[in-house]
Amino acid sequence: MASESPQQGGIRLKVRVNGEHHESVVDPRMNLADYLREELRLTATHVGCEHGVCGICNVLVDGQAVRSCLMLAVQVDGKEVRTVEGLAEGGKLHPIQEAFIEEHGLQCGFCTGGFMMALCELFDRNPSPSEAEIKEVVGGQICRCTGYNAILRSAQNAAAKMSASRS
Amino acid sequence: MKPAPFEYVAPSTISGVLEILGQNDPDEVKLMAGGQSLMPLLNMRLSRPALVIDLGKVADLDFIRETDEGVVIGAMTSKRAVEDSELILREHPLLWESTVAIGHPPIRNRGTVGGSMAQADPASEYPAVALVLGAELVAVSARGERTIPADDFFVTFLTTCLEPDEVLTEIRIPRLAPRSGWAFQEVARRHGDFAIVGATATLRLEAGVVVDPRIAVFGVADRALRFSAAESLLTGQAASDEMIDEVASQAAAAVEDPLEDAHASADYRRHLAGVLVGRVLREAAVRAAEASTGA
Ligand SMILES: Cc1cc2nc3c(=O)[nH]c(=O)nc-3n(C[C@H](O)[C@H](O)[C@H](O)COP(=O)(O)OP(=O)(O)OC[C@H]3O[C@@H](n4cnc5c(N)ncnc54)[C@H](O)[C@@H]3O)c2cc1C
Repeated sequence: MASESPQQGGIRLKVRVNGEHHESVVDPRMNLADYLREELRLTATHVGCEHGVCGICNVLVDGQAVRSCLMLAVQVDGKEVRTVEGLAEGGKLHPIQEAFIEEHGLQCGFCTGGFMMALCELFDRNPSPSEAEIKEVVGGQICRCTGYNAILRSAQNAAAKMSASRS
Repeated sequence: MKPAPFEYVAPSTISGVLEILGQNDPDEVKLMAGGQSLMPLLNMRLSRPALVIDLGKVADLDFIRETDEGVVIGAMTSKRAVEDSELILREHPLLWESTVAIGHPPIRNRGTVGGSMAQADPASEYPAVALVLGAELVAVSARGERTIPADDFFVTFLTTCLEPDEVLTEIRIPRLAPRSGWAFQEVARRHGDFAIVGATATLRLEAGVVVDPRIAVFGVADRALRFSAAESLLTGQAASDEMIDEVASQAAAAVEDPLEDAHASADYRRHLAGVLVGRVLREAAVRAAEASTGA
């Protein structure tokens, strides 16, 4: 728990990740991406540039997409984190994941989780986003192998699936 | 790409922050707001503070309020909150438009208004917008509170007039005068990237002539620049194409030492500054004319 007086050593942290409660003691300098990958062994959150540019390490914190390389683990104390592992439910892929498969929205797949988490926030905020809104989100992410057209199609397909399942 | 070790503290009040600042050598301390500039610097070990004071728990610094004079924004208010604010969209569409040009949604979710002011990146949108809107920045320290006009706040690259023991608490933005026109434009390689050059302006039209024009650019020099000589030249003149061209070229010529880097040469930046000042003045004049005829 973050305290009112300076602490080095370990800081106690309580957080829910994909619905599961975790308690850990972390070094203040540990970032959220490393915490998820190395402490919780949730390795679907990939780490790219480590300075916020590529967007590959996006996760949701209390529903908001963030770069997990630009947040300290101690800063998610008391919060709810969602990672790529938390997209599928009961063995069934999330519509965003299905859409990326159907539209070939990935080649090597290294960056894909970051796109999916950024889109997940968009769809939560706005169930039927315009093409411009989708492009704004996709434009904040870097993919070095597909070109972005297949990713845009995946995003549009996902939006269509999600609005169909709502109606 | 891992930060050097530091101690960490997240006080929940401003007085708590000031107390800890007082107990430590301020040069060894870094305040952390959204971390969207500081975390990269820590990760790259360009910054190695002994102590990080996280402002994220100081709820009193996270607000957007309307006052008699205008709008007041707490330093820890996220850019996302500005983007989502009906009040900002209505009262300060220029601030709104510049906000959505900053980075990408995940950056705006964390990055704060105060952090961008304190970071004073020469290519950052907010300092230029603060100049044009005549904002004031409020800072506190154990020595008391002071209010700093935006014109005095930004000093040079990544440097403001804040002392190491001062905490920025709020940004006060006066209401735009009725029937003002405004505009904001930037050129970046990709939407959301730091701008190569951007420009912003406000002005009014009274009896066919320009009143109180304010013009600023960013990405051109070591800090956001306001062009007072060009503003004087335009004051009292009709907003004709010829006049705007003259003002824009005067503004471009007034840049003393344009930045030069891998993205653009000094000449190109000066050229863009002129082009964009011309465009924002034309756009602001159109908006001012529409506001005057009630269209
Ligand atoms: C990929 C990416 C793209 C970006 N694109 C843009 C862009 O296009 N335009 C743009 O303007 N910015 C951009 N940024 C920077 C972003 O807007 C940062 O959020 C902002 O510059 C700093 O705000 P912060 O809240 O994150 O502050 P932090 O990173 O936490 O702090 C920045 C500095 O300000 C100081 N500070 C913060 N708050 C206070 C305070 N209240 N009092 C005193 N000192 C304080 C800190 O000590 C630190 O030195 C981008 C960042 C990334 C990672």
